[in-house]
Amino acid sequence: MDFLNGFVALSNFVLIPAIAYGSQLALGALGVTLIYGILRFSNFAHGDTMAFGAMVAVLVTWWFQGMGLSLGPLPTALLALPFAILGTMALVLITDRMVYRFYRTQKAKPVILVIVSMGVMFVMNGVVRFIIGPNDQKFLDGERFIISVREFKQMTGLREGLAIKTTQGLTVVVAVICVIALFWFMNRTRTGKSMRAYSDNEDLALLSGINPERVVMYTWMIVAALTAIAGTLYGLDKTFKPFVYFMLLLPIFASAIVGGLGSPLGAIAGGYIVAFSEVMITYAWKKVLTYWMPESLEPDGLVQLLSTDYKFAVSFVILIVVLLFKPTGIFKGKSV
Amino acid sequence: MKKLLMASAATALMAGAAHAEDVKIGVILGFTGPIESLTPAMAGGAEVAMKEVTDSGKLLGGATVTPVRADSTCIDAGAATAAAERLITSEGVKGIMGADCSGVTGAVLANVAVPNGVVMISPSATSPALSSAEDNGLFFRTSPSDARQGQVLATVLMERGFKSAAITYTNNDYGKGLSDSIAAAFEAAGGEVTTIAAHEDGKADYSAEVGALAAAGGDILIVAGYVDQGGPGVIRAALDTGAFDTFALPDGMIGSALEEAFGDEIEGSIGTVPGSDAADASMVKEKVSATGADASGPYVGESYDAAALIMLAMQAAGSSDPSAYSGKIMDVANAPGEKIMAGELDKALELIAAGTEIDYVGATAVELIGPGEAAGGYREIVIEGGKITTAQYR
Repeated sequence: MDFLNGFVALSNFVLIPAIAYGSQLALGALGVTLIYGILRFSNFAHGDTMAFGAMVAVLVTWWFQGMGLSLGPLPTALLALPFAILGTMALVLITDRMVYRFYRTQKAKPVILVIVSMGVMFVMNGVVRFIIGPNDQKFLDGERFIISVREFKQMTGLREGLAIKTTQGLTVVVAVICVIALFWFMNRTRTGKSMRAYSDNEDLALLSGINPERVVMYTWMIVAALTAIAGTLYGLDKTFKPFVYFMLLLPIFASAIVGGLGSPLGAIAGGYIVAFSEVMITYAWKKVLTYWMPESLEPDGLVQLLSTDYKFAVSFVILIVVLLFKPTGIFKGKSV
Repeated sequence: MKKLLMASAATALMAGAAHAEDVKIGVILGFTGPIESLTPAMAGGAEVAMKEVTDSGKLLGGATVTPVRADSTCIDAGAATAAAERLITSEGVKGIMGADCSGVTGAVLANVAVPNGVVMISPSATSPALSSAEDNGLFFRTSPSDARQGQVLATVLMERGFKSAAITYTNNDYGKGLSDSIAAAFEAAGGEVTTIAAHEDGKADYSAEVGALAAAGGDILIVAGYVDQGGPGVIRAALDTGAFDTFALPDGMIGSALEEAFGDEIEGSIGTVPGSDAADASMVKEKVSATGADASGPYVGESYDAAALIMLAMQAAGSSDPSAYSGKIMDVANAPGEKIMAGELDKALELIAAGTEIDYVGATAVELIGPGEAAGGYREIVIEGGKITTAQYR
């Protein structure tokens, strides 16, 4: 019984939040990794593109709510998701046409493109704040919980409770669907194959008649879909606030680099590695250990390795360690 | 001849204007930042007092009082200092109603008010550290120090049978000072503080913070934060994970935003806000509501009183010069003298002009002690039926 109680407490505070957070990071890191693999630069504007996508979702959700549309127990934001994806696609394609294409035709060095993307980041940041303001916005509706703590306790009679939020379940399901769809697209379709060919060897791909502008366009569209979905899911699960997406940039890049930049599989693994390390290192293990340890060994202190204030420091440390010892990441991506 | 007439008329007008002085009083509050939903009503409270005095036409022989608003941002000491500097040097204010949050108040006091010799009365800076700040007798506050709030909250907790508590505070002067005083008072009263952890404002997700607090456990979670910032996020995460379901909420967490966000989800939670039943702030709140601001938050009456004290002291000193009237503030605020309630500033000005002593009670039963801070009456609130209701006054 003690073991079960401990496991439930661990799931409630560590496993479930970390899986949901990891899925959000994985979707974000997939976008970063695709851009890096195919367009060959680190896109710093990624966080703010997520914010833009989520913002469109918020606005459309409000509009739907105003009209009385809803999905019953599911959040209305799911209905708004296609609009968010289209809006984000429009934004990134316009940005590419107006900014990135100029540098691409000049064959600018990746480091120049990185700086350019920082400029784009500031502009997008401003656009989002200008449209929706810098504050928290609420757009979650529908049923809050799949299982709430009280229901779980009644069901099982355990002392510890377990809550699974609808948004957490949704995040994982949507992330799995996205990943399957992405891999199917990359491995089975003609466009996907041409994208991989372009990523592997640009010159060879051009020689075999692949249209580079089309590859670039499809890449941006896929990335836009991923970012809009990741941004909206994060906003639903946590809260929508423009500045928060800017801060997400660090864990997202850490995930992409840990997994190996350019490797989609690596981005997913990286997302979960970063999420689990952040949550587990800042979690106070006292409660779980009290259940699991024999009475004589029960801890007095909180058994917390790092204060929660240092959550982002964990991503930093992971980033530095990986760059120092294994710059290509776990899945042998391109070195940075 | 025509020119001469014009000139003399103009001179007469100017002389008239010079006679009825226009006194400017600065209102420095965080109109942007973590308590931005509370400040419009606070400024409104101060402006109600100023309008009352102007309308009476009895201050210093018919002076008018004009409020000048400036943004303290609540958290950015540099911005607040610059705003206060502008009020004094370019607007020429004779006194400052403000600032609001403890950190910026200390900064404005040390960098602007003391060097320029301007009186400052804060309606809401409650950090215990301000009691011992170097102020040359220029700084007062109509709210009590948090050392007092800590004692009151600890008493409430013990009386309601909460024997152990976890504390989380917003990581700044206000939060730290308050959580220290609550922890000290609660432990002195025999309670057990399981853990004290800071939380940063403006994060998307507080589940990690709540995880640590939940591991430490406790009957109740004390959230010494802000209602427009991280506070509701912490409560939301605690409710979602089932870590805590009742909360103890000091003044910064009490506001209508709390009711809107949680309703009856935090049924039975308790809180403390400065307030007193010896005085009635409803008249001020009604007038503020009439201007369209949301007057349900705290410190509206305190703001009215802060502004009123500045003007009554001017009347008592017969001058709007801060160095002349700063010494009179304690006199008008405390006994002996005739009691003055909120809305009776007209009568107070008349009495002072006639040489009678007054004891200003105002909207919040003002009684200044020690280094010029309110003695501290508190309203104990409890969340019942999803609404903030008053349990009793302490």
